[in-house]
Amino acid sequence: MEPMSALSIHGLWKRFGTKIAVAGVDLEVPAGSFYGLVGPNGAGKTTTLSMATGLLRPDFGSVLVRGQDLWADPPAVKAGLGVLPDGVRLFDRLTGAQLVTYAGLLRGLDRDTVRDRTADLLRTFDLSADADTLVVDYSAGMTKKIGLACALVHAPRVLVLDEPFEAVDPVSAANIRDILAAYVAGGGTVVVSSHVMDLVQRMCDHVAVIAGGHVLAQGTVDEVRGEASLEDRFVELVGGRRTEGALAWLRTSSD
Amino acid sequence: MVAHLVRLKLTLLRNGLRRSVWRVIGLVLSLLYALFLLGLAVAGLVALGAHDDPELSRTVVVLGGALVVAGWWLLPLVAFGVDSTLDPERFQLFAIRRRHLLTGLTLAGVVGVPGAATVVLGGATALAWWRDPAALAAGLVGGVLGVAVCVIGSRAITTMLAPLVGGRRFREVAAVLAIVPLMLLGPILLGATAGLAAVADALPTVGVVVGWTPLGAPWALAADVQAGAWLAAVAKLAVTGATLGVLVLVWDRALSAALVRSPGGGHVSRSAGLGFFARFPATPTGAVAARSLTYWLRDPRYAAAVAVVPVMVLLLWFVGRGGGIVLGAGVVVAFVMGWSLSADISYDDTAFWTHVAAPVSGRVDRAGRALAGMVVGGVVVLATDVLVLGVAGRWDATVPVLGMSLGVLAVGVGASSIYSARVVYPVPKPGDNPFSTPQGSSFAVMLTQSLGMLLLLAVCAPTVGLGIAAVVTGHPVLQALTLVVGLGSGAAALVAGVRVGGGLYDRRAPELLQTIRSFA
Repeated sequence: MEPMSALSIHGLWKRFGTKIAVAGVDLEVPAGSFYGLVGPNGAGKTTTLSMATGLLRPDFGSVLVRGQDLWADPPAVKAGLGVLPDGVRLFDRLTGAQLVTYAGLLRGLDRDTVRDRTADLLRTFDLSADADTLVVDYSAGMTKKIGLACALVHAPRVLVLDEPFEAVDPVSAANIRDILAAYVAGGGTVVVSSHVMDLVQRMCDHVAVIAGGHVLAQGTVDEVRGEASLEDRFVELVGGRRTEGALAWLRTSSD
Repeated sequence: MVAHLVRLKLTLLRNGLRRSVWRVIGLVLSLLYALFLLGLAVAGLVALGAHDDPELSRTVVVLGGALVVAGWWLLPLVAFGVDSTLDPERFQLFAIRRRHLLTGLTLAGVVGVPGAATVVLGGATALAWWRDPAALAAGLVGGVLGVAVCVIGSRAITTMLAPLVGGRRFREVAAVLAIVPLMLLGPILLGATAGLAAVADALPTVGVVVGWTPLGAPWALAADVQAGAWLAAVAKLAVTGATLGVLVLVWDRALSAALVRSPGGGHVSRSAGLGFFARFPATPTGAVAARSLTYWLRDPRYAAAVAVVPVMVLLLWFVGRGGGIVLGAGVVVAFVMGWSLSADISYDDTAFWTHVAAPVSGRVDRAGRALAGMVVGGVVVLATDVLVLGVAGRWDATVPVLGMSLGVLAVGVGASSIYSARVVYPVPKPGDNPFSTPQGSSFAVMLTQSLGMLLLLAVCAPTVGLGIAAVVTGHPVLQALTLVVGLGSGAAALVAGVRVGGGLYDRRAPELLQTIRSFA
């Protein structure tokens, strides 16, 4: 059988007003891979992932999810996607249990399945004690976890997570990593974006470096980083490191 | 620091204009409108001065001035909202002395069309005494003090009530209900003055009395000076000074509380079980309806729409002097509640992504929200109908009143289902003060909203016309016809709303989300 890409992005462009956020991005995410998307702030990661999950219509380009054109038939393709966007709200006036239930019901699951999976997910993410607390009263890390639970409730084949580890405490982050690793081992595909190179290097098997709306490098983590660490390779690719003489007045020892 | 705050306000204003041509057009139109009104007012005041009738001048200036003050104090809570660009909570992290913040926010409050117009108007009141130099000077002093009472009072009241209306859960609903008596002040005053207007001779007396209140004192200063009543003039100054002192004190207290309040507050809300999600069918449509209903109960922005109900009933009761006009309250409430659904996607804010990602089909989204709107609206409208039918003792009019109000509600929900699938606009964010005005409400949106409401009125007109005829004549055929036409047009509008709105939604859901994100 021909190895199929879980996610295949070709010539993706997006312009906001006069600013071109994404300028011709191509990405191949092999099925069954744990794929990291890294880039500096404003690189176009969130815009790319939004277009890859059907939340934002691209100006040009195509998105194939497991061989199906996302923008040609969004309802059919989105059913197999689990999404956790960054920088958006949740319906946070619902309790944690209600929010996961809502996500499950919207995806067309029946009542019993939703109830069982909601209980499972809340337990796994260590949120059972806060199941009846309004999400608006959750901490930032708990909010990420409940969002991840919502993305998983319908058992998608491909997971696209934008900054899933931001503000998550180390124990929860380790738990999430284990859950995602098990998911990949079971045949699922995960795409995560992150600023934390170290995390990506340890966790992912594939990586793409994106900056200024362009893909600078992509492939397996070992291919991209070569001999160096991913962090050094990233800084070398993206450039713009400057520390000499910066903010000299900030050194308190100079008094 | 004070200059910084004023400059900040000016910069916000200028940058807001730079984002859209429509905003410039909106500002120009409101400027022209304000200039037109100001021109009329100034001409009137000069004529008043030439007329040389002290009693008339006092009555007009004091009552007019008191109305302007009442407008500044109360309108932000009801209609236009507080200007949120300089929300005190945004200055939490800066080391600014509170005294500087108070002065700066006061002066910044004058920047903008309503502020500038009030300043000009306040100064112009002195023109009513242009023949008498002493009174003219007193008028200028009174005008400045009057403007200060307007601006500081407005800030003090909104800052003080912000935590009340911005709090959460049960407290939120309670707060919205507590706002109602305040909102009712207007109608009560209106009713009272309408009653007094019938006896025009009483107006000068009212003017004298109002001149002793905090609302009217600054405006009465010049009249007393002209009359040579120096003691009264000093007393008016004292009343104004005391008013300003109390307002500054209240504002200062509220501001210091606001500056250390953590966003969200310390109170953690819990709610056992799945609530509406367990009671509605386990389908996407049922889930959307359950979610919407939960928000109707938990989100103060929705509760604010319900808060208009008692206002409507009382307003119509006052206007109709206890007569049959009060029967229309259910219809007005139905109109307001039906149209309030037109902001539904805007109220979701970026959480709307959940629907785009799932994906929820257009018909499911529209039908679920419409169902929740009909449940809440139906309960509120029926309760209003029963109340007004009982108050008016017109149980014979039950059939046409129910036909009109339920028909208008359903047509409103249907029209909103189409409108909100096409237009999203900035609304107060979840957790913000429900009475705050977000930045960026553009003229284009106002235009589409007016058009939408006009269309809605046109569709409702036959039902309402038949209903009025039926209530007045009591003819059984007309009564039955009202019920049939009302429910029929309502059902048709609901079906059309879900279908047309659903089609629009399916084509444009990602664009709606993108527009919402651009407001953030």
